[in-house]
Amino acid sequence: MRRLLTVAISAITLLAQPPAQAQTSNVILIQNATILTVTHGTIEHGSILIRDGKIAAVGMDVKAPDGATVIDAAGQFVIPGIIDCHSHIAVDGSVNEGGPAVSSMVNIADVLNPADINIYRDLAGGVTTANILHGSANPIGGQTVVIKLRWGKQANQLPFEGALPGIKFALGENPKHSNFGPPAGTPARYPATRLGVEEVIRQAFTEAREYKKLWDDYNQRKAAGEQNLLPPRRDLKLEPLVEVLEGKRYVHAHCYRADEILMLARVAKEFGFKVRTFQHVLEGYKVADEIAASGAGGSTFSDWWAYKIEAYDAIPYNAALMQERGVLVSINSDSAEEARHLNQEAAKSMKYGDLSANDALKLITLNPAIQLGIDNRAGSIDVGKDADLVIYNHDPLSVYAVVQKTLIDGQVYFDREHDLAARPALEKEKQALLEKEKKAAEEEKKHEEKSNKSPEKKQDQKKKPLKPGDSSEGVSGGGR
Amino acid sequence: MTWTTLSNASRALKLPRRLASFLLASILAVPALAQPATGVYAIQGAKIYTLAGPSIDGGTVIIRDGKISAVGAHIEIPADAQMIDAKGLEVYPGLFDPVTQLGLTEVGQVIATVDVNELGEFNPELVAATAVNPASAHIPVTRASGITHVVAAPGAPGFELSGGGVISGQASAFNLSGWTMEEMQIQRSVAMVINWPSIQTRSFDFASFGFKEKPYADAKKEYDKFVNDLSDLLDRARHYAQAKEKGSPALYERDLRLEALIPVVEGKLPAMVVAGKARDIRNAVDFCAKQNLKMILADGSEAWKVKDLLKEKKIPVILGPTEQLPEEEDDPYDKPMSQPAELNAAGIPIAFSSFGTAFSRRLSQYAGTAVAYGLPHDEALKAVTLNAARMLGLGDRLGTLEPGKIANLIVTTGDPLEIRTQVRYIFINGQLTSTANRHRDLYEQYRKRPESAH
Repeated sequence: MRRLLTVAISAITLLAQPPAQAQTSNVILIQNATILTVTHGTIEHGSILIRDGKIAAVGMDVKAPDGATVIDAAGQFVIPGIIDCHSHIAVDGSVNEGGPAVSSMVNIADVLNPADINIYRDLAGGVTTANILHGSANPIGGQTVVIKLRWGKQANQLPFEGALPGIKFALGENPKHSNFGPPAGTPARYPATRLGVEEVIRQAFTEAREYKKLWDDYNQRKAAGEQNLLPPRRDLKLEPLVEVLEGKRYVHAHCYRADEILMLARVAKEFGFKVRTFQHVLEGYKVADEIAASGAGGSTFSDWWAYKIEAYDAIPYNAALMQERGVLVSINSDSAEEARHLNQEAAKSMKYGDLSANDALKLITLNPAIQLGIDNRAGSIDVGKDADLVIYNHDPLSVYAVVQKTLIDGQVYFDREHDLAARPALEKEKQALLEKEKKAAEEEKKHEEKSNKSPEKKQDQKKKPLKPGDSSEGVSGGGR
Repeated sequence: MTWTTLSNASRALKLPRRLASFLLASILAVPALAQPATGVYAIQGAKIYTLAGPSIDGGTVIIRDGKISAVGAHIEIPADAQMIDAKGLEVYPGLFDPVTQLGLTEVGQVIATVDVNELGEFNPELVAATAVNPASAHIPVTRASGITHVVAAPGAPGFELSGGGVISGQASAFNLSGWTMEEMQIQRSVAMVINWPSIQTRSFDFASFGFKEKPYADAKKEYDKFVNDLSDLLDRARHYAQAKEKGSPALYERDLRLEALIPVVEGKLPAMVVAGKARDIRNAVDFCAKQNLKMILADGSEAWKVKDLLKEKKIPVILGPTEQLPEEEDDPYDKPMSQPAELNAAGIPIAFSSFGTAFSRRLSQYAGTAVAYGLPHDEALKAVTLNAARMLGLGDRLGTLEPGKIANLIVTTGDPLEIRTQVRYIFINGQLTSTANRHRDLYEQYRKRPESAH
C-alpha cells in the first residue's frame, strides 16, 4: 500500500511542475482574440499586452514589442480569470473546527495545502482566484483567506496579496446540527435552533465590543503617556471579531432562509458591522431589497435545490432576481468540481431570469472581485490590473467552451495542449512504477516462501510468538 | 454547504427509511397535468431532428392519440388538428434520464421524504413505481428542462444517496406527467438494480469523523460473501423457475424474491449493475458473463480503463454526470468529460444520466460538456434520448421522432444541449404539457413583491 502511494505521489509530482513553458520574457502578447473585457465591451481581433504580470495594454492595435512572447489566440475568447467566492480547495484536512459554537480563533490560512490536486483541476476550469472558507458547522466559524491558484508554488505564495481576510459565519440547519447531530461520541452542542444561532452571534459580539473597549482605553492611555500600564489579556477568539467591528475583516455568512438573512442583517446593524457577503443565500430573492439596503453582496449557486429543507425554495432565478433588485451577486462553487465549470453555471442566469451575457459573465469575474475587495486588481480586463486571464476555444458562456490556457500574474499556469502532450510520458512512468512495485512484491513473496520452506519451521513459528526478524512475514506483515 | 458535503459519507450508512411521508404531498402545488392520451396536434414550420435520419427544415409533426402519426417536410395537416406554430423553433425527441430517484426523493436530507434505500441486502421484489409520488415538485421542474420521461431506480448511488443493499429492486420507466402512476407509467420494470459490491478497504467512521482503513483480506472476505450470496440467490431463482415451469403451484412454495429474479436469470430483464471503479467493473462483467445476465453498466466512472472488455462483452454504459472529479488523483483532469467520446469511438453504446433528483435537469449540460470534449453532437443527442431507451427495451416506443412512437417531444429555441436554450413546448404522451413549475412560480411571485419599506 505504501508503495502504491509512492506511485501515485510520483505521478502527481510530475504533474505538479508548472506547465508553463519557462517564460523567457516578462512581456507577453495575446493576439487575435475575442476579448470579453467585462467593463468595456467585447473587442474582436484584439490583443492584450502583459508586462511584469500586469495588463499593460488592451485593444485592436496593440503590437508585440521586441522580445515579447506571443500567444496567438485566433478564433479564441479571453475573459478575466474566474473568481470563486466560495471554495474549500487547498485545505489540508477538515474545513470545520466544529467543537465550539464560536471558532473564530482558527484560520484556514494556517492549513493551506499547495499540493491539493483540486487547485490544478480548478485552474483547468479557468479559476484564478478563490475565497477559501472555513466550514459551516458553527454560527461563527474560522478565519478565511483569498488565494490565487498558483499551482506549484508554496503555501505562503498562494494568498492574494493585500486582500482583506475574512471570517465565516453560518446560519440555519448546519450550525444547529439539524441533519447530522454532533460527531458520534461527542455531546450535543448549543445551539440547536435558529434562536440559539442568533444568541451565539449576539453574545460573541457583546464580548468583542467590551474587549475592544479594553484595548481602546489601554491604547488611549498609553498614547497619552501614562506609565506602568498593564495591557489587557489577549483573546484570540475575540480579536478577529474586533477586526470585523473595525471593518478590517469581511464577514462571509452562510445562510439559506429569508428570515435568517434578515436576522443577521439586524444583528450586524445593531453592532455596527457590515456583512460583506451572504453565501448560498438561496432565499435571497425573497428579501433582495433588504440585502441591497444592508450593503451586503449575495454569492449563490446556479441551480442547486432540495438537498435539504432550507433549500426547498431555492430557485435558479435567484441570481438574476437579486441583481434586478440591486444586490451585487456572484455565482460560486462550494465544490472543487463545480468550480471547473462556473462559466456554464453563470450562463444559466441568462436562461433563468434573462441576464445579459455581460451581466452573466460578471457573476464570476467582476462581481466576486468587488465582493472580495480585490477589484482594483482582478475581475476585468483593464490596463493596470493583474494579468489573470482565461483563454477558451468557444464563447465562454457556451456549454461547448473548453479552457485552453489559464494565466495568473501573466504566467501560464494551465495549458491544455501541454497537459495533453504530457500524458503519454506520465502514463509510461506510472506503468513503470507499477511494474517495479509488482516485481518487488513478487520478490518479497519468493523470499517469504523460501524462509518458510521447511514445514517443521513453519510449525515452530505457529507455536512461538514471532520476534522481529524471525521471518519476512513478521517484518513486512503490516506493510501491505 | 461544507457540513453537508462532509456528511455525504453518511449516506453510505443504511438508515431506516420506513417512515412514509404524507406531509409533503399535502403542501405541494398540484401541477398542470396531462389529460388522457387523445387529441390531434400539428407542429408546423420547425426544424425537426428525428434522430432517425437527416434533420427536416420547415417540417411538420403530427400527433394523434398519444402517438406520433407522421413526420416530414410535406405532410397533410388533419382537419381536426390543433396547430402549433413552431417557425424558427426546433423539435427533438423528449430527453430521457435513465437513472434517477425522481418521485422517490423530495428533500434529500429529510429522511421522511426519501423512499430509496430499503433495509436488507437482497430486495429484488421491490419496484420503484410503487412509491413514485406523482405530486413531487421535482417532476414539473425537471420536465421544464425538456426531460419528458425518466427511470426511477431504487438504491442507485448518486449525488443524493447510496446504499440500499446489493439488489435494491426494480427500476421503473415513466412519463413526467400524469395524475397517477397508472397514467404516467411506461413500463413498471425495466431493469433489476444491482449495486456491485466493492472491495472497500476504506470506510467513513463517524466516531472520528474521518476515514478508517480495513485490511484488504477482511474487505475481500466481505466482498466474497456478497458475491457468493448473490450467486446463490440467482441459482435458487433458476431452480425456482424450473419448479414453477414443471410443477403446479401446490408443488412449490411461492417466493416473491425468487419470482422477481426469474426474468433476470432468463436474460429477459436487464441487470443494471452499478459500478464505478475499474476493478469493480471487471468483477461485475465477469460475474454477469458467467451468470448469463443481460448487463447494463451504470455509473462507469472508470469505464475508460476497461473499455476493451466492455467492447468485447458488448456491455452498454449509462454514464453518471460528466461533471464530476476524476476517480484518482493522477487521472487526467478531464477524464469524466472526455471519456464519453472515448467510449463512443470504441463502439460502446453510451447514455447519460444524472443519477439524481434535483440535478436531473442538468442532463443536457452533462451531454453538452461531453461534446465539448470530443463526443460528436449527434451521438450526444442519442445518448440523452434513444440509446438508453434501447438499452432498457424501450427503443421501439421512445427515443426518435418516428410514426408509431410515443409522442414525447420538445420544441425548443435551439440546440437542447446548450445552456441558454429554452424549451417552449413539451409534449408528453401526445399531450401539450405545462412548463410551469415551483421555481418559475416562486420567481413570478417574488418578482411582484412591492419594494420593501425597510
